[in-house]
Formats: sequence, structure tokens, C-alpha cells
Amino acid sequence: MLTVTNLTKIYPGGVLALDRVSFAVPDGQFLAVIGLSGSGKSTLLRCINRLIEPTDGQIIWNEIDITSASEEELRTIRRKIGMVFQHFNLVHRSKVLTNVLAGRLGYINPAWSLINHFPKEDVQKAFRQMDRVGIADKAYQRADELSGGQQQRVGIARALMQDPQLILADEPVASLDPVLAHSIMKILQEINKEDKVTVICSLHFLDLVHRYADRVVALKEGQLVFEGLPEEIDDRKFKEIYGKDAERVG
Amino acid sequence: MNKKSASLWKSFRIGILILAALIVYAYGFQVTKVNLGEFRKESRQESRVRVMRALARPDIFAYQQVETTVVVPLYIPCPAEIPQNTLTDQSQPYLILTPACGKPGEEIKVEGFNFPPNLKGPLYFVPSSDPADKLALQKGNIQADSQGHFVFSFKLPDRLSDQVQYLRVIVRQNVGLPHFSATAIETWNKIIETIFLALLATTIGTLFSIPISFFAARNLMKDVKSSVTQIALSLLGWPFGVFGGLILARWMGEINSLIRANIFFSIGLTAGCALAAYGLLRYAFFHRSGNSSFGWRLIVPQFAQMIAVLLTVQSFFLISQLGIPAGMAIATHLGKMAFLGNFITQLSDLMLTSLPAVLAIGGGAVLGSLFGNLGRKLNERLSIHALKVVDFLLAMLAGALLCLIIAAVIGWLYEIPNLGRFYLIASGLGAILGAVLAGLTKPRQPLPVGLAIYTITRTVLNAVRSIEALIMAIVAVIWVGIGPFAGVLALGLHTIASLAKLYSEQVESISPGPLEAVMATGATRLQTIVYAVIPQIIPPYISFTMYRWDINVRMSTIIGFAGGGGIGFLLIQNINLLNYRAASTQMLAIAIVVAAMDYFSSWMREKYV
Repeated sequence: MLTVTNLTKIYPGGVLALDRVSFAVPDGQFLAVIGLSGSGKSTLLRCINRLIEPTDGQIIWNEIDITSASEEELRTIRRKIGMVFQHFNLVHRSKVLTNVLAGRLGYINPAWSLINHFPKEDVQKAFRQMDRVGIADKAYQRADELSGGQQQRVGIARALMQDPQLILADEPVASLDPVLAHSIMKILQEINKEDKVTVICSLHFLDLVHRYADRVVALKEGQLVFEGLPEEIDDRKFKEIYGKDAERVG
Repeated sequence: MNKKSASLWKSFRIGILILAALIVYAYGFQVTKVNLGEFRKESRQESRVRVMRALARPDIFAYQQVETTVVVPLYIPCPAEIPQNTLTDQSQPYLILTPACGKPGEEIKVEGFNFPPNLKGPLYFVPSSDPADKLALQKGNIQADSQGHFVFSFKLPDRLSDQVQYLRVIVRQNVGLPHFSATAIETWNKIIETIFLALLATTIGTLFSIPISFFAARNLMKDVKSSVTQIALSLLGWPFGVFGGLILARWMGEINSLIRANIFFSIGLTAGCALAAYGLLRYAFFHRSGNSSFGWRLIVPQFAQMIAVLLTVQSFFLISQLGIPAGMAIATHLGKMAFLGNFITQLSDLMLTSLPAVLAIGGGAVLGSLFGNLGRKLNERLSIHALKVVDFLLAMLAGALLCLIIAAVIGWLYEIPNLGRFYLIASGLGAILGAVLAGLTKPRQPLPVGLAIYTITRTVLNAVRSIEALIMAIVAVIWVGIGPFAGVLALGLHTIASLAKLYSEQVESISPGPLEAVMATGATRLQTIVYAVIPQIIPPYISFTMYRWDINVRMSTIIGFAGGGGIGFLLIQNINLLNYRAASTQMLAIAIVVAAMDYFSSWMREKYV
């Protein structure tokens, strides 16, 4: 169970990115976060693993207070939270295998990892995860030699290496074409349903929300404006979330 | 009306500006002493032509030369009786004077026959009865025609003597194939020295500037924050760690001097130490991943790690102490390859010298971070009020210690008398500063330590970089004496400063995405650097290092001006001796090497970056 209470983020310069956002995510749910660009979706996701330091509010996950965790505690929390990014955030010049293995960094001994040494079990695990997302044959290629869809698979494999209980996906399909978008979303869905991993995923397209999400929260200018089932977003709600001039596409 | 006055004002302003510019340039001419009259002077033109012609003929090739010396007796004034000219062999070169004697100032004609054709040579007047006398006055140059004949006339000098005197002509004939001149060989040796000087300086610079560059990168440092407690404790830990490290180094050195008696024993011990360290390290690290909660299972590997590190250091000590005599022994048997043995000796010596420093820094870092961790624990455990008190005390202590260290340095530098009182004042001041800092901050408030370190690193780098390598060479010459080693030190130091700056700018411009992603996996800061930063900066680092090597080759050509070895030493010497042909050879060599370096580095960049 992840409980977010009154989460507020004010960036230096005074921009209010999140304004007292509160919601809860039960374990095993696929939660979609929607809203316009700049509505605070990315900030919200990054506050959950504290890549961005929240200004105020509380995030409780499995009875652990993430917001007040020390740096050391934060590392043990972060290694249980996988993250998938819009721009994949792979290290381009490194091999796919190295990128995937990076997901284990929170678990292995720091000294060994500095000389790029991973335990055998971890390497085998990496190959299993790459196999699962369908890129096992690309293990020894450089990450930037892969296509966009393949790169996102590497990103997901990296998150899976963490044995996550929660995956934060920050617009994972926004830079992919619709066909690839569905294949990536299916992988996330499979992880959610089979491994019982909670997924919090920010999305742009409503049809994706309808198809994959169990529940939706909507942000507008940093405030939570909707919380409910995907089916509940009718035209009126849609205009509320996206503004009066918005048109539905897809 | 208004418009007209505006345009008038505008032209007036332009006029003023032009006038001001004229004055500025006029003063510039005055200050820099622009003087075309000097440029046009006859004497200047002559020397200009001479130097340019010399520069155009670099002294690279030389021939084996056969010298032909021909002498002919000369009388000033004419004696009563001229001894019969015993005419020499007509097939050899010979000289005929007409007349064969005369009064000073009288013009005589010198005719030469059978000389090697088309050759030039000096003609000397020898004021001595010994035709081979070293003392001779050059009267001019003769030029033989294609038949080996020449005519030369000159006025008899005012050198009266009742003895016979001589005229001497020397011509030198090239024989055989050209070979490299002595200058060329010397230049070759020095240019090799120059290239390696640059290589060593670049290597030293690169090794040191890589870690420094991370401290000078804003994007890595801006998130490093800690509380007053942590900073104070860490500052307290460092000096003790450094001190402990130094003591440890001394102990280890002493132990080694005790067991140096038998060489086989030493070798065995070294191997034993290294193996034991390796085994312990393997044990320590593989048992950590077992992740069991038993206390001893956590403590034993820690202990094993510590012992392993100590054993590793000990084996480094042993190796370096073995290396010095081993290198010397090898050197005596290798003949031409003796430099390999010397290399081993010098490397071992270097290791032996730097081990205490490494231990001191390592000790400081370990104790500093241990104390820092303690500070973090205190932050978490103590209540706000207790923390406030602890912060005050620790900050005062740390401030006093820091100021005491600075005071000790100042005291040593300026030879301050009455040190006791000075130290007391300094530590008091530090304590006050610490207290003020603690008073101004809230407990647990994160302070931007990273940015402070960043600023300090940047400032130091800028200061060092602003001192030209040539000036550093002067200092280095005082340290280690004239020679290429001084050049290596000077260039190396300068390289550290400039490369660290260039590198850190590369670190600042990496894409933040991978950094974020690796951090999100729960990686430590060091792991994030290794996995997200380093792969991104390798290509620019290689390219900058190559570029720096290129610069260093160029710099090392002039570092010799200040006694820093390399080809510059030769160049400045030849320029000062007005030996422009040799200087030209060296300039040519520099040009070739710099151009070759440029091609080589661009080829390398293309290939590997």
C-alpha cells in the first residue's frame, strides 16, 4: 500500500508543481496518472522515490515513511522501486547487458561493482529478464544501436532486475509509435498481473488508460482533479482535466 | 529641427570616438616603440639577411671533408735576398705571389693553381715563421674556378718582420655520401626527450585530473549536502586519520627493514602477503552478499576486509623495497636495455615515497567518512535540543582544529615567533567561527558541502592554471635541478589544472537521464559515477587527453628555455650563440613533431572516439 498525503512541491523559483496531492494505491494495482504536459505527473512520480525532494507532505509505503528516510534507508527503498522513463535513460555507450545489470547496483557489494563485477546469479538473472522482454539476442550490443522500442525493453529489464514491488513508469510510451506503445504496455501489464507488482504509470492517451489501467488519478496544474475508474472519465470529466478546448483523439 | 540637432550630435559623437581611437593607437605606438627607421637601417638589413639565410639552411646533413692546406712564404719588407722559391710539385695545389714581398700597404696578387675546382675557402695571413701556426688573420675568401684557378689581391698588412711569414689557403672538399650532422643527431636525441617529456607530463596530468574533475563538476556536487554534525565530525576525523595513516606507514616501513635480511625470505613474504590479501578479499566480499543477520557474519568480513587492505599495503611496501635493488641488479646486466632496470628502480622508489602519502590520505578518508557516518547516526537518534548542544560543541572543536592546522601552515611559512600564543588565538577564532556556524543553522539542516568543495576546487584550479608552465618550470628547476624531470613536473602540474577544468566541463554537460535512472535503482553516489557518468565521458576524455598531449609537446619545446629539458634547451642555447643554422634545425624538428602529433591525434580521435 502506497499512501500519498498532502504532497507538495515548490521548485526553487516559486513554481508550484504539486499542490497538496493525496491518494492511495493498494498493492498490485495498475494506476494511471493523466494530465496535460506540465501538470505535475513527472514531479509526482519522482517524488515517490525522492529523485525530487518534496517540499511538504508525506509518502508512506508499506509502513515506511519515504519522505523522512535517511540517505541510507532511501537506497534500500529505491532498490525495491523500479523506474521506467520516457526517454529510456539508458547509458548509450554501455552494452545492453551492463545497462540491465545496473538494476542490481542497490543490492550488490559496492566495491565489486566498481570494477564492473557482478555475481553469476545476477548475470543469469539479467539474461532471464532480457529474454522475458524479448531482447536476449541484443545483450552484447551497445544500447544506442537499438531501436526505441527495444531500448524501452532494456529499461524495463533494468527495472525488473531490482525485484521491484513497485514500478514507476514516467510516460513509458510517449516517444514510441502506437504499435510499439501497445507492446510495451502489454509487458508492463504482464508484470503487474503475473508478478503482482504495483504499477504507477503516467500516460497521455486515454485509450491506453482505458485498456490497461485499473484506476486513474488526474492532475491539473499540480492539483488532483479526478480519482476513479477509467470508465468514469466521460466528456465532462475529460474537459475538466484537459481544459475546455481539448478534443478527444484515439 | 530636433532631428537635425540629433544627427549633428551623432556626427559629433562619432568624431569624438574616432579622435579617442586615434589617441589610443598613438599612445600604443609610443609605448611599443614602433620604429620603422630602425627596421630600414643598413646594419639591420644585413643581419636580417644573414639570419634568414642561416635559418633557411638548417644544419642537418654533413659530409666527410678532406682539407687541403697550401702555404706560401711572404716577406714584409723585402729582404736583401729572397731565398729561391723551391717550386713544389706542379700537380699539387700551389700558390704564386706577385710580387713575393713588399712594404706594408702594398697590394699583392695571390694566384692559386690546381685547387679543387669550384670550391671556396678562407685565405689567412700567418704572422709567424711557422707555417702551421694557429694564430692566423683571415684576409678574405677565395673562390676557385672550374679549372681550380683563382686570383686574389690584398694589401700587405702592417706586420714588419725580418723573418719569413706565410699566406695560407685552406679549402675543404666534401667526399663520399652525406651523413647526419652532429647538430642533427643532437636534435634527434632532444626531440625524443621532448616527446617523452610531454607523454609523462600528460600521463601524470590525466591520472590526477580525472578524480579532481568530479569535484569540480557542478552537477555532481550540488546535491551533496550534510548537516553540521556530519561536517564537524568528518573534519575532526580527517586529521586523525591522516596522522594514523602516517604512523601506520612508518611501522610498516620499519617492519620491512627488519625482514630485508634475506632476499628469498622477502620474496616469499611478498607473495604470501599478496595471496593472503587476495584470499581475504574474496572471502570478505562473497560472504557479504550472503545477507544473513548474524552479527559475527557481518563483523568478520569487515574485519577480513581491513586485514586484507593492510596486507595489500604491506605487500606494496615489500614489492617496492624489493624493486629498488632488483632494478639495479637488472640494469647492470642488460647493457643497452639498462633503462628498463632503472625504470623498475625508479618506479619502486616512487611507490615507496608515495605509499605513506596514500596511506595518510586513505586513513583520513576512512576516518573522515566513519566519523561522518557517526554524525549521521547522531542526527537520526538525538532529539533536536540535544543535537543543538552537540552541534555547538562539535562545530567549535572542528573549527578550532581547522584553524589550528591553517595556523600551523602559516606559522611555518612566515616563521612566526611565539607560536603558542598564535595557535591559541587561531584556535579560539576557529572555535568562534564554528559556534557562529552552528548558531546560524538549524540542527539537521542540510548544508551544501558539495558546492563548497566545488568552489574551492575551481578556485584552486583557476589559480594554478593561470601560472604558465614556463614559470612553473623555473620553480621545478629549483626543486629537482635542471633537466627534463623538472619539465615533466612543471608541465604535469599545469596539465592537471587545465585538464581537470576541461574534464569537469564535460561532466557537467552529460545527459542527466542515465544519472537519474541509475540513482533510482538505489545505487550509491560512487556507483552512479561509475555506471552513469564515466561511460558518457570516456570519448571526450580521450579526445581532450590527446589534445593535451599535443599541447604538451608544443609546450615542452619551450619549457627548456627555463631549464626544463627537452629541445628548448638546445634551441635557446643555439640562439644565444648566434648559431642560427643549428637553431633552424631544431625549429624544423619541432615543426615536424607538432604536425605529426596533430595528424596522429586526429587519427586516434577518429578511430577511438
